[in-house]
Amino acid sequence: MKRRAIEFKIDGITVKGSAGQTVMDVADQAGIYIPRLCDVEGLEPQGSCRVCTVKVDGRPAAACTQPAAHGIDVINNTPEILSYRRDLIKMLFQEGNHLCSICEASGRCELQAMAYRLGIMEPAKYPYLQPVRPIDASHPDILLDKNRCIRCGRCIRASQQIDRKNVFGYIGRGINKRVGVDGRNLADTDVDVNDSAVAPGTCPVGCIIMKRIGFHEPIGQRKYDNAPIGSEIEKTRSGRGKE
Amino acid sequence: MRKVRKGISAVVYRSCKAFNHDRTRILDILRKVQTSLGCISGETMEMLAEELSSHRVEIEGLVSFYSFFSEKPKGKITIRLSDDIVDRFAGVDKVAKVFSDELGIGMGQTSSDLNFSLEYTSCIGMSDQAPAALINESVVTKLTPQSARTIVRKLKQNPVTSNLVKKKGDGNNADPLINAPVKNNIRRKGDVLLADRLPAEAGLKKALKMKADAVIQEIGHSGLRGRGGAGYSTGLKWELARKAKAKERYVICNADEGEPGTFKDRVLLTERPDLIFEGMTIAAYAIGGTKGILYLRAEYAYLLPYMESSLKKRRTAGLLGKNITGKKGFAFDIRIQLGAGAYICGEESSLISSCEGLRGEPKTRPPFPVEKGFLGFPTVVNNVETFCCAARILDKGARWFSGIGTDQSTGTKLLSISGDCTRPGIYEVPYGVAVTDVLDMAGADAPAIVQVGGASGDMIGRSSFHRKISYEDLPTGGSFMTFNASRNVLSIVDYFLEFFVHESCGYCTPCRVGNVFLRERIQKIKNGLAEEADLRYLKDLSNTIMMTSRCGLGHTSPKPVLSSIAHFPIVYASLTKERTDGRQASFDIQKALEESRRIAKRQSMIYDPVYGEAAD
Ligand SMILES: Cc1cc2nc3c(=O)[nH]c(=O)nc-3n(C[C@H](O)[C@H](O)[C@H](O)COP(=O)(O)O)c2cc1C
Ligand code: FES
Repeated sequence: MKRRAIEFKIDGITVKGSAGQTVMDVADQAGIYIPRLCDVEGLEPQGSCRVCTVKVDGRPAAACTQPAAHGIDVINNTPEILSYRRDLIKMLFQEGNHLCSICEASGRCELQAMAYRLGIMEPAKYPYLQPVRPIDASHPDILLDKNRCIRCGRCIRASQQIDRKNVFGYIGRGINKRVGVDGRNLADTDVDVNDSAVAPGTCPVGCIIMKRIGFHEPIGQRKYDNAPIGSEIEKTRSGRGKE
Repeated sequence: MRKVRKGISAVVYRSCKAFNHDRTRILDILRKVQTSLGCISGETMEMLAEELSSHRVEIEGLVSFYSFFSEKPKGKITIRLSDDIVDRFAGVDKVAKVFSDELGIGMGQTSSDLNFSLEYTSCIGMSDQAPAALINESVVTKLTPQSARTIVRKLKQNPVTSNLVKKKGDGNNADPLINAPVKNNIRRKGDVLLADRLPAEAGLKKALKMKADAVIQEIGHSGLRGRGGAGYSTGLKWELARKAKAKERYVICNADEGEPGTFKDRVLLTERPDLIFEGMTIAAYAIGGTKGILYLRAEYAYLLPYMESSLKKRRTAGLLGKNITGKKGFAFDIRIQLGAGAYICGEESSLISSCEGLRGEPKTRPPFPVEKGFLGFPTVVNNVETFCCAARILDKGARWFSGIGTDQSTGTKLLSISGDCTRPGIYEVPYGVAVTDVLDMAGADAPAIVQVGGASGDMIGRSSFHRKISYEDLPTGGSFMTFNASRNVLSIVDYFLEFFVHESCGYCTPCRVGNVFLRERIQKIKNGLAEEADLRYLKDLSNTIMMTSRCGLGHTSPKPVLSSIAHFPIVYASLTKERTDGRQASFDIQKALEESRRIAKRQSMIYDPVYGEAAD
């Protein structure tokens, strides 16, 4: 079935897509980067981190779940929206225990890269919650350092939607909402090292870590050492309209 | 070969079988297991997962989401004290202390013989008879230290909660199927909902003589807007659900009533069950729905037997089932879904998730429930009071209804009034009534702070008492709390934030984390450690939470902060004095010294005047 073609504006730039796509999909195609953490290519969007907040016809919405529609006016890049995104990133930092300088994921961590992209340089204004979160080292090959989990649920969805398993799932509520495993600990689950749930790039931070392969990329060659997060999408910018 | 089931395994099997192993009924299954075993342990979760072809982590996700389930063993009797701000001001802490002393356990603990658990719970909908508590499913009200002591002694002698009811409440509270000491406290009856001798099923009979479209038109013309808080046009909602293409459509009644200080739905559920079911049946007829669910908050489980019996009578009377009132082809039935302790389940899409047996988390919108709701079918979710109004409108006509109230807020509204007043209870008032008139009616004692609309509502002071209860001015889902000048504004705001932190589902970042930060800063102000910059911080943070949250909880949770700053600037100013000693206001020297004193095992030469005396 051919989807109806639609056209709308993102920050004044005309973009083209088809009905059934999200605002995020269309923006990506057009080479316009909308910051995101919980949304990732290949998984159903869940709209939980809210970093992709944009304004659609003046009202805030998560771009990753917002259906694209003909004629809408999307605002992505304004000081107001940037300040919301910075606040959200700071919240995620302060909610957990993030020590970039000793983290194995430093340099490829999307949370860290997003902070840099959004210009967060100073310690955040929010208090540190410093939660006590146990490490799950039960599995012979995989380590879960939950101190760094940002509740994006990418591992949960990868396990369900790609691996057709339920290795991970959300448990708890409110500030105690967290990612649980389908057993007493990770070793008790049917996780496999080849699952996409634990594949590189699924966990955006340093929570899911492969044992015995630490710090193998030298500084300078890590994913975000040379180009900010999002530049891979901006490279494909079709170049219509004004910046 | 048939497996022999014993112990936990037998309970799990029986509980699943009672609901035909239906995965969507898992809340009911878990409730049965929790009641039988006192907990849902990891081992039990594994058995349930196996029995229901689910996963342990999925079951754990549910058990850890709903307050009324627990992984750790609970006592045979669980005492849950309502921890509402009104309960607090009414002295629930003193009552808690007696319970705690008599039982020998702290709050949140279970006795070692597994006979008793004691804990706080969010507002149980009894603010007009505070302090109140749930003892298992039974309600006790107007608690005092003395009555708490008597209750414990009785329970120790005979652990049966029905024995606790000395004096039954009024109206149907005295019905053997309810048998509760709860009072209706109906103080003012209006023409729409609480008038005596409402004609039975008059609205339904008239509706079934009309075309479905005409029923929706009538509701539309009446101007009826949702009574649950959001105020969406009921006629429009029904029309959208009717137009959505689908095989089936659902009608859901939202009886989750979790907003602190609201208890008007409890009175309608007690006194007007038939009017509610009548309204739901009319909605079903109007939208072409075949199935209905009434989602009853777990705190109101004591009303379940009575409501079930009303449903049964309606089936016998041909008011539910096939060919309702003889109308060929019109079939509709209702089931009651009990909640399990989660305020967020009052939010309509979370409520639908909960009815489906999922964690009570909001769904992504669009699509809205009228397009894709329960199990993906178009679903109308309305508040208890909204359905009652709808039934009355069909009987008396749209003009009659829109003749009451104001232009944009037609009809009457039930207010649940509590706090510092001599006549707390239920008032049916026409929309447009001024706050000062409401305060007079309720016999408010020197009102200084009024919270309209519960935790997610507005906090106003004397200069706003001329304002009117209506969608266009001061909206409320029913909560109306009044406080005198002896009450601390910051304690009230802090309570609301504690409530939101506890009740946020945690799905999205701003609501999960931001509310914790709001509370931290409000406490700082309350403790006199803040400076003016903290007000700017609170406003900015509030704005981010409201603009980026995923559902109504986060869209409104900063309201107590913002409205108290706007209406009580002097209170904030007096608590955020600029320091002259050059230190940051947030720096608490005593707190900073505490650790050093402990480690050094001596006091401070500079800050402790009695330096030299033994530290401990
Ligand atoms: C956090 C939250 C809690 C809510 N709680 C309730 C509730 O307890 N009862 C209710 O009727 N509506 C509640 N609502 C409003 C519902 O989402 C929904 O708007 C309402 O049930 C629709 O019915 P109505 O149009 O008849 O008001 C709540 C909304 C939010 C955001
Ligand atoms: S990327 Fe859209 S909410 Fe996380």
